[in-house]
Order: sequence, then C-alpha cells, then structure tokens
Amino acid sequence: MDAIILQILNGLDKGSAYALIALGLTLIFGTLGVVNFAHGALFMIGSFCAVTVQRILSVSFKTVDPSKTDFLGNPSTYDTPYVVHWFGPEFGAGIIDWSVPLAILFAIPIMIAIGFIMERGLIKHFYKRPHADQILVTFGLAIVLQEVIKYYYGANPIQTGAPEVFRGSFDFGVLLGFDPNVIIYPYWRLVYFAFAAVIISAVFAFLQFTTFGMVVRAGMADRETVGLLGINIDKRFTIMFGLAAAVAGLAGVMYAPINAPNYHMGMDFLVLSFVVVVVGGMGSLPGAVLAGFLLGILESFASMTQVIDLIPGINQIIIYVVAIIVLLTRPRGLMGRKGVMEE
Amino acid sequence: MSKMNLTRRGVIKTGAVAGAGLALPTYLSAAAHSGYTNAPTGDTVTLGFNVPQSGPYADEGADELRAFELAVEHLNGEGDGGMLSTFSSKALDGTGILGKKVTFVTGDTQTKSDAARASAKSMIEKDGAIMISGGSSSGVAVAVQGLCQEAGVVFMAGLTHSNDTTGKDKKANGFRHFFNAYMSAAALAPVLKNLYGADRAAYHLTADYTWGWTQQESIQAATEALGWRTVNNVLTPLAATDFSSYITPVLNSGADVLVLNHYGGNMVNSLTNAVQFGLRDKQVNGKNFEIVVPLYSELMAKGAGANIKGIVGSQNWDWKLENQMGAKYTGTNAFVQSFGNKYGFPPSQAAQTCYAQTLLYADAAARAGTFNPCAIGEALAGFEFDGLGNGPTLYRADDHQCFKDVLVVKGAENPEDEFHLVEIVEVTPTEQVTYDPNHPMFAGGALGACNPGA
Repeated sequence: MDAIILQILNGLDKGSAYALIALGLTLIFGTLGVVNFAHGALFMIGSFCAVTVQRILSVSFKTVDPSKTDFLGNPSTYDTPYVVHWFGPEFGAGIIDWSVPLAILFAIPIMIAIGFIMERGLIKHFYKRPHADQILVTFGLAIVLQEVIKYYYGANPIQTGAPEVFRGSFDFGVLLGFDPNVIIYPYWRLVYFAFAAVIISAVFAFLQFTTFGMVVRAGMADRETVGLLGINIDKRFTIMFGLAAAVAGLAGVMYAPINAPNYHMGMDFLVLSFVVVVVGGMGSLPGAVLAGFLLGILESFASMTQVIDLIPGINQIIIYVVAIIVLLTRPRGLMGRKGVMEE
Repeated sequence: MSKMNLTRRGVIKTGAVAGAGLALPTYLSAAAHSGYTNAPTGDTVTLGFNVPQSGPYADEGADELRAFELAVEHLNGEGDGGMLSTFSSKALDGTGILGKKVTFVTGDTQTKSDAARASAKSMIEKDGAIMISGGSSSGVAVAVQGLCQEAGVVFMAGLTHSNDTTGKDKKANGFRHFFNAYMSAAALAPVLKNLYGADRAAYHLTADYTWGWTQQESIQAATEALGWRTVNNVLTPLAATDFSSYITPVLNSGADVLVLNHYGGNMVNSLTNAVQFGLRDKQVNGKNFEIVVPLYSELMAKGAGANIKGIVGSQNWDWKLENQMGAKYTGTNAFVQSFGNKYGFPPSQAAQTCYAQTLLYADAAARAGTFNPCAIGEALAGFEFDGLGNGPTLYRADDHQCFKDVLVVKGAENPEDEFHLVEIVEVTPTEQVTYDPNHPMFAGGALGACNPGA
C-alpha cells in the first residue's frame, strides 16, 4: 500500500509537467491550428531562465587572497556575490537562495516575448501550410533553440536548487498512519504540484470568465464567424501563443530544482506531451490536463520493480500502450471534440 | 599504322575494370602502395579525434578535444612540451612523428554508436587519418574499435570504462589507457568495507548498456566478496532523466546502500533524485543510508553540486595527484601547468587519458620507425612506461589494457574552490587491481591478428 501511495505521489509531479506542456500545446493547436514541435524547447528555455537568474544573482567580484595559491601556484582569489556585498551576508544569500521562485518574474516577460517573436516571425507564415510543414519548421526551430542553449550553457546538467526551506522531504506516512520514513516525499515536488494546479486553474478561469477568453473560445469553435463580427481574432490568437509559451516556460522554471536543467530536456518531454495531447483529445484543454496526470501516474506505476519483474520493459512503453488502447476504443481521445483534425 | 578493334564487349570489360579501380576506397588504394592503410606520403601525418561534441557527454568530449590539441602542439614542438619532458621514453623530440608534422581532424560521435562509426569511417577514408582516438561512451568505443580493426588503423581508446572494451570485444588494433569497471570495484571494495562495514545490503540502479552491465557485475562481485548482500539490480534506460520512480522503491526495500552505476548526466540526475527523496538522511537496519558512485569524474561532481559531498567513487587520475601523493605520479604537474595555462582550468581525467594516448601512439611509431599499425601494436604491447601522470604503467600484451594505480575519491565536504570538488581518499596499487587475462568477466573474445589494412 505504501508503495502504491508513493507512486501516485510520484506520478503527480511528472503528470503536472506533462499537463502544463500539453495545456500549452492544446492552446496553440486549438487557436492557431499549428502543431508546435518547438513547445518542449519553450519548457527547456523556462528552466534555463531559472539558471540565468541564479547566475545573475551570483555575479561576483574577485578578491585576491595572498595566503593561498590556485592550481597553477598563482595567488588565489575568492568570489563575493555583489548581492551579498550590497545587502549583507544573510539577506544577500537569501536572495540567491530564492532564485528559482524569483525567476518566475523574469521568465514571464521573456517567455511571452519569445512566444510573440516565434509566432510573428516564423510560425504565422505556416498557418496555411500542411501540418507536416508546420511540424518540420517547428522541429527545426526546437533544434536551433537547444543548440543555442548548449552553446552558451554547455551540455552537462546544471544544478539549480530549490530554496533551503523546501529542500527536505515531507513524511506522508506519519500523516496517513504508517511508520515514520515509509512514505516520504520531497517538499519541492509538492510545491510543483500545487503550482501546476494554480496555473491550470488560472488558465481555465481566464478562458472561462473573461471577455477575452470568451472571444478566444468562440474563435476556437468558429474562427470565420468571429472574424465576420469584426473582431480581430488573429491578434487574440497571437496573445494566446504568448500565453502558451509563458505556461510552458513557468513549468520549466519550477521544474529546474526537480531535474537539473540540460539543453535536451525539452525533447525528452515533447514526444510524451504530444502523446498526452492525443490521448486527452486534440483541442481539448480539460482532456490535456486529465491525460497529463493520468499518464504521469501510470508511467510511475510502470516503473515499480514488481511491475517490471512481471512485464520487463513496460516502464518504457506504457504511455504508448495506453495511447494505442485509448485511440482504438475512443479515436478522438478521452475528451476530444468532433471535427478536430477530421476534415 | 595499327588497326584498333573496338568491340562492344571489350569496351564494357575495360570500363568495368577501370571503374572498379576508381571506385576503390581511398584507404585501400593507399594501402596498396605501402602495405598499410593511409600510409603518409607527404610531410604531414593525420590523426583522427572522434569525441562527443554533442549529446549528453559533450562537455567531456570538449575537454578531450582540448587535450588532443595540446598533445599535437607538444608533438610538433610548440608550447612548453607538457609531459614530453617527464615521459620515460625519449623517442619523441618535438619534431612531429617520424619527422612528419602532426595534423588532426575531428569528428562528432554524438554519443551514438552509428554516428561514431560514420564519423570515424569518414576520417579514415576521406581525411586519411592513420589513427583514431576518443571516447566517453563504452558503447561508442567498442563500435569504433571494431571499425578500426576492419579498416586497418590503430584505435587509441579515450574514456571508456566497460570491461568489454578490453574484454570480450577486445581487438588487436585497439588499445586502452583508461581503467575499467573491474579495477574500480577492486579498488573501491576495501575502502567501502572500512567506511561502511561488511554487513550491508546494496540496491543497484544500472545504466542499461555495456558499461552499466559490466560496472554492476564488477561492483556486485566485489561487495558480495566483502559480505554485502545485493537486494536488487534495476536497469534504467540511458535516456532517462527523471529517476524518481526508480528511487522510491529503494526507500522500503531493506537496502542500506544505493549503488548508482550511472555516468555523466544520468548520474547527476539519479543522485539528485536520491538526495531529494531523503536517502542520505535515512537510517536503515540501524545504519546510515549510504550512496556509492563507482565511476567518478570532476565534470560530474560539478554537475551534481552539493549532492556529491562525501560520496565515494573511483577515478583513473586526478589533477592533484602529484602534489598530494608524491613524485611517483610525475608528469601530472607538467600536464596541469600546460593545460591550465592554455585553458584556464585544470584538466579532467578524460583529458589526461586522451593526452597520454596521443603521446603513447606517437612514441610507439617513433620507436617502431614506421606508421604501420602492426609495428605500432608490437611497440605498444607489453610496453612499460612512466612519467605520464599515473606512475609506472604496463600496456599488457594479452589484452592491450593499461595497468596502473587506481584512485579512490570522494566528494569534498567543504571545497575551497570550484576545482577542488573531489578529494583523493587513497591510491590503490596496481597489484590490487590486476586480474588474469582469462578472468571470467573478460572472457568471450580474442584479440585476433593485427590488421594493417593491406
């Protein structure tokens, strides 16, 4: 029982990432009809926003320490971050410690700007082209973005820690009546799940309860009619692209302490997120969220030793097996709408 | 005046013979003149450096490339000469190799066997490379070594740690300076016993490819010989990035040691996940839970950050070796000075092994008096040398594996700077890590005959 609870918890944070990426993918597909293979790269750039903020806050000046020598025998130097110099050791170190949450403020405008530039500069030229062309150009863009990141940040993962206060683990077992240390779960992963829930709720609320959201939803249902009413739906869809980029970016920022950011992480999530979108139903926002959590938890269960012993290799194919079963039984996915990609 | 009898069949025959001749690969036509592949005919000789310039090991590949460039500079008499001055053999004089200036071409393995083979093939056939070196993945090294054997060039392996490289997949044209999984386990076992005792239960997470399998097999055998029990061994995909679902079953498995048979980015991520789930703060069976990483690298320690503190592993070499362990390891400081002055930071163990391999190849050619790979192979087989940073070393003739001291290291608790992330715990003498050429972990293959490509 404790193993099952652990795997459910484990699936929640991975499912949160899938859900957030798939939500953005669905927003872009639903509004602009574009299959965006660069969406994983936006998640990756979000993670590197956290790395960048941490590095900016850690920018230091060097002081020569004549009592020590460096590896070449020259007088040694030590670094003092400007933030620590300006704000004192305690408050300054605290600011650096909180660099990941602070990176959210940095990432929102950056990601929206990247989304706008991507959409206006490249993707809008492919609206009337076949989906295959859109996939090729966005996939190419994803490769360019990851190579740019690799050039500036290197190929190795970069540790980007959560604030000290969230670095421990929470003993769920005690809460549920188990022995201590039986079901423990990292605090930051709980934070990530809560953060994902807030972002998903905010996106749904924005679409459901604002005039802007209502127009966008109307445009998703019938773009031509909304256009005939004199509403500039293209402008709103461009804004939605920026919003989707921001959602992916924020998912990446907060994921940085869970897995050290590396230039390839976007590709790792991209394919699985597309499967999530298909299983949830193309164009369905609730479907993307539901499928994200469902597949995250199933993937986690499939990695249990007992399950692998029973069906070797199942952990690597479970998501695709589920996708096949869902598509055979419900060809439009779990919550797919009639008419989407069926013309 | 002679009369020419041109027939349709005659033209076709002549054309076919001429076409076949023209279609011969460059390396075969070169071999036909000299008796071996890519015999240098001008005043230069070309070496091929095949390293991961993209993919998960790209940072290690970059450091290997820096070392190769430095070695070529020193061979050509540029720079401060590095380890040429400390190397026990004095056949090299800074005028290239056998009077020919050394040039090099580079390839990107992408840490993928097929890409690495394609890249090595191109360097041999198009660029005329007479020797291929490089590494960072045993899967890649085994694949490229096989290609070099077929093509008739020497393969001087870079960073490859699987037993198979000089075990079941060994080849007469291939040579490895780096240590292997068996040696890591043999060096680590006594230290693990001292640190953690003989009554331990280990849970292994293992990268699912040749290096992971042999690393796990070696460390399991060595720790079980101490009295440890193996609770489980779970294979993890090489492409995995989130190991949390593999870590959580460890929590209640009864194990009190987690052995991470992971390397590079895999190790950084799995260790991070293990620390996040509180394994290092956990008490099991009345003992502190411990994590062991059998193969270490400075670059991995940098990637893992604070999580690496106190974690024990093994290394082939460390830039602090001569300063801390004495003049036996001469050459280390000369290399660190050269590398540090050129690039601004100390070299990694990947860099050191690649630099040493380049010098060893050049020295063997100089001693043999030819670039013929079989003569170079004879010069390397059974060669005893010193002054390349690892202490006295033997290139064993039976399997083309170097035998030298092995370092047991641990993550520094309070590193004084970013270059002191790893501390040397002890140096295990060569005798303790030497094994019989017919050891079961290395069985199943044969060196075979040297192939000069002719």
